[in-house]
Amino acid sequence: MGQLKRSKLRSGDLLSLGFHGLRARPMRAVLSSLGIAIGIAAMIAVIGISTSSQALVKEKLSVLGTNMLTVSGGTDMLGQDVDLPKESVANIRRIPGVEHVGSIGAIDGVNIYRNDQIDASRTGGLSVAVADGDLLTATGANLMHGSWFNEATSKFPTTVLGRTTAERLGIQRAGSMVWLGGQQFTVVGILDSTPLAPELDSVALVGEPIARDLLGYTGTPTMIFERSSEERVAAVRELLPPTINPQAPTSVKVSRPSDALAAKNTVDQAFTGLLVGVGSIALLVGGIGVANTMVISVLERRSEIGLRRALGATRRHIRLQFLFEAMLLSALGGLAGTLLGWLVTAIAARSNGWAVSIPPAVLFAGVLVTIAVGALAGVLPAVRASRTAPTAALASA
Amino acid sequence: MSAPIIELRGVTRTYGSPPTTALAGIDLVIEEGEMLAIVGTSGSGKSTMLNIIGSLDQASSGEAYIAGHDLATLDDAQLSALRAHTIGFIFQQFHLSDGVSALDNVATGLLYTGIPPRERKERAEVALKRVGLGHRMGHHPRQLSGGERQRVAIARAVVGNPRLILADEPTGSLDTASGAEVVAILRELNAAGTAVVVITHDNELAQQMPRQVRISDGQILADQRKEASWAS
Repeated sequence: MGQLKRSKLRSGDLLSLGFHGLRARPMRAVLSSLGIAIGIAAMIAVIGISTSSQALVKEKLSVLGTNMLTVSGGTDMLGQDVDLPKESVANIRRIPGVEHVGSIGAIDGVNIYRNDQIDASRTGGLSVAVADGDLLTATGANLMHGSWFNEATSKFPTTVLGRTTAERLGIQRAGSMVWLGGQQFTVVGILDSTPLAPELDSVALVGEPIARDLLGYTGTPTMIFERSSEERVAAVRELLPPTINPQAPTSVKVSRPSDALAAKNTVDQAFTGLLVGVGSIALLVGGIGVANTMVISVLERRSEIGLRRALGATRRHIRLQFLFEAMLLSALGGLAGTLLGWLVTAIAARSNGWAVSIPPAVLFAGVLVTIAVGALAGVLPAVRASRTAPTAALASA
Repeated sequence: MSAPIIELRGVTRTYGSPPTTALAGIDLVIEEGEMLAIVGTSGSGKSTMLNIIGSLDQASSGEAYIAGHDLATLDDAQLSALRAHTIGFIFQQFHLSDGVSALDNVATGLLYTGIPPRERKERAEVALKRVGLGHRMGHHPRQLSGGERQRVAIARAVVGNPRLILADEPTGSLDTASGAEVVAILRELNAAGTAVVVITHDNELAQQMPRQVRISDGQILADQRKEASWAS
């Protein structure tokens, strides 16, 4: 009699059995893994696009800094506009931690035109403002062309244009002449767009001395840009209104423009959550598709199951074979989907000028999740296959 | 005399409810190295016999031993092990895999023994040469004639050197000439020491075997041996 030798299936053989099962019906394998692929592609693309765009915003924030505050006049209790006091800028400088302060003061009734032939009503939505203090350093604005005001140019009819202003007037370089407040002004510089102070984009800036002499500027700032050390931002924010207007601190509006950018990220995250939810539904449907395919496959392959049992396969071997086949099926879908998701992200990133930034853990998790889905989807068909009686299976052929 | 490869004592098999009886008390001993035919018309219970002898099915009552192992005491893994190492099956419909070569089909016979792939192929090659198909190793089943296919199936059954070969209507799908070839191969295997059991409804085929067990209505009608002058 002696001891029975055990049935044994090598893991390498299990692997090739799985591949063989899929190769026998390639079309079906492709179609049933398509659901999985679409699900995972959607999830990866959504995560990829949002992380790529967030990476851009983060990068922007780190370049621009989050330590700038903007101050403007608000309204009093009766709803009347309250101007900022003339000495605001000087007072802000005295707050501990404040590093740079700059301001613009809009000049009402003065407009800028390309030349004196333009109808006065066609202002193009542009305004004229006085630049004061360290406006460039405080706002982080950069000059695209030309130069900033100096002692001399601020006393003469010269102007520095915001980016939009320059574009609307059709001015591309410093040295051009524009018609400002009924006079010829020389453009000495053009600013690049300023993300934290978009107000600067559509103004024409002039120096303070010339504004007082020619344009009737009274010295009232309309908006103040303040930059402090990062750790003092909160404290400075508290101190700004009472410092500027001790009688009516509530009429001073203080805002932190970088908050808006950061908020955009939070909104993106909420949206991402929603889309990932949709993606996981697609994945679930894909998993059901795989389960369905496997159930059909088990029915069709009854004689194969019977033969394998006759050749010495245990129930466990049969179960493993079908389970592994289901996992392989969805892993293929997962790989294709991951690739597709990456591709979609890359295209979206490229068309928006972002760098592709998908956390590698997401790609890895994507494939793992699909394998898990396959394992789940494969359990029922695998158990059914293993319970197929070998006699019935052999007789049915 | 060595221990019997198969021993059935009072084996019955009933199906379903109300129970229909497929086997009604079978006593049968098959010795190691024997060759015999189990003959009966369809519905006689011969397929059920095959399933029980092949450990694919369990008796409802009575005792069944294969190579000394009481089948009732074995679990699924042990029964599978018995099939993997002790029994080779041959089917009327061949049950070959269309997608792979004759060689790989034969090597599949060793898949569940844990033998490494390279050795499986080497042994499959030997088995294919043994059935005279050394020149057809790379062919796929579709490219082979019926007789050749059944010889591939025989090679698959014997590649693990089983002590018992169970052949279910091995010539049922073949023409006379191919059938004769298959019978000749089975005889050769038997001459080499393997017990061969052929299950068939075909009297002519049964007549060629040294022992014939006739069953009808789940019972053994006759158990005849003839002087096997050719087997010596």
